Amino acid sequence: MKIGFFPGCSLHGTGKEYGESLQAITVPLGIELAEIRDWACCGATSAHATNHLLGIALPARTLAQAEEEKHGEVLAPCAACYSRLAAARDEIAHDPTLAQRVNGILGKPFANSVAVLNIVDLLVKMAPVIKQKTTHPLTGMKVASYYGCLLVRPPKVTNCAEFESPQVMEEVVRATGATPVEWPKKLDCCGGGFSLSRSASVVRLGREILENARSAGADVLLVACPMCQSNLDMRQQAMSRRSTKPFDMPILYITQLVGMALGCDSKSLGLGRHFVSTAPATKFMAAASTPAAHTNQPTATKEA
Amino acid sequence: MTSSQSVSSPENGRNSSGDSLAHEIHNLTGVDPARCYQCGKCTAGCPMANEMAVGPHAMIRLIQLDRRDRLMRDESKWLCLTCETCTSRCPNEIDPARLIDGLREIAFRDHREKTPARIRAFHESFLNQIRMFGRMYELGLVIWYKTKSGALFDDVATAPGLITRGKLNFLPHGNQDIASIRRIFEACVEGKDHK
Repeated sequence: MKIGFFPGCSLHGTGKEYGESLQAITVPLGIELAEIRDWACCGATSAHATNHLLGIALPARTLAQAEEEKHGEVLAPCAACYSRLAAARDEIAHDPTLAQRVNGILGKPFANSVAVLNIVDLLVKMAPVIKQKTTHPLTGMKVASYYGCLLVRPPKVTNCAEFESPQVMEEVVRATGATPVEWPKKLDCCGGGFSLSRSASVVRLGREILENARSAGADVLLVACPMCQSNLDMRQQAMSRRSTKPFDMPILYITQLVGMALGCDSKSLGLGRHFVSTAPATKFMAAASTPAAHTNQPTATKEA
Repeated sequence: MTSSQSVSSPENGRNSSGDSLAHEIHNLTGVDPARCYQCGKCTAGCPMANEMAVGPHAMIRLIQLDRRDRLMRDESKWLCLTCETCTSRCPNEIDPARLIDGLREIAFRDHREKTPARIRAFHESFLNQIRMFGRMYELGLVIWYKTKSGALFDDVATAPGLITRGKLNFLPHGNQDIASIRRIFEACVEGKDHK
């Protein structure tokens, strides 16, 4: 399966392991990612919060490029990029005046024909393949799926029917052999773009999220957004200082979890790039690689 | 009525073209603030409401009342994270997050000096990176932000961690067609429309 690919800025920087783990799982899953040529930043919060048209035109430039390259759909793994691309597509589709304006700014024809996919959309479609190709089932690992905001909201942009109680990430978790836990804060905001400019708010919001995941019994917290990951991983120490006891919650990308189950090695999944040790997660990977744990091998060793 | 309360005073909500704030926001966002019946559901679910002096529903009420000056000097609109919880839950489908973006756009254009210093420094630094390179150059963002905000010593402890984890690029990876990015900025920010 070939699909247009918009990595966005984070996957080359603070979200490097997201990009690495995504590339790693494309091989066993048979996905070919065709990177959009000369893509530009989506503008993120700073564009839409200060100049709405800029927040539409920047992602539209990338969508127009994807259209020129004849892609029917584009994968945007970063939840914020996904949201900006999908919002631009939605607004241009519903507002002919805006469409005309954007066409003029881009200076080239743009029919707004490209669909935008997030990583969960893609992986949930592939859940049967993931299940089938899982060589290292992550049996016993309890996973708190953290959606945050922009994968699900606003529903008119994301088309997420169950936006108050989505289950798609949990479906991917089950395909890896791990166990999803239910927890109320899976849709709360991590503080997103305030990482630099108002970090005290990020620490307040993140601590509440981590405490909730911990009390639900989670071994790891699963994300599909580089901002959520860096807020909850890089600032976890500061969140620990404001909690009753320190956290040691690995913040895994959904692509890393899938990669672990598919038997990709830790280096290709970037598991060493985290601030919080991923050991509480990788121990399940190690357990799965002992011969007894392989489903397709004889399991007689325990009786000895 | 004293002269300070004349119809053209900012407190009465008119801008330089004589538009009320409610009218200007409606035109800018396509969302009619008059439709809000003040149920307060937006504020109830807002993760930043307890840090705001004026919660989302109160911001909308002040728009309805054309209290331009009050809204422009209040920093609450800058605390919105655009998590879209309010927009998803609004029973009258009013899109509070879009209204708040509209407020910010007007404030950033007409009253930039009233933006909280760090948030303004962040947005200006971020947009400057895109304008210069077409893509985010995180190290450039951090340096620019620190210089502009004066928050020189924030997060100095995390920088070595980012470097050892290979997460901080020392050089920007810019766009080839940077002219097309400049065109977008000129059209959207400076109002120079290319046809």
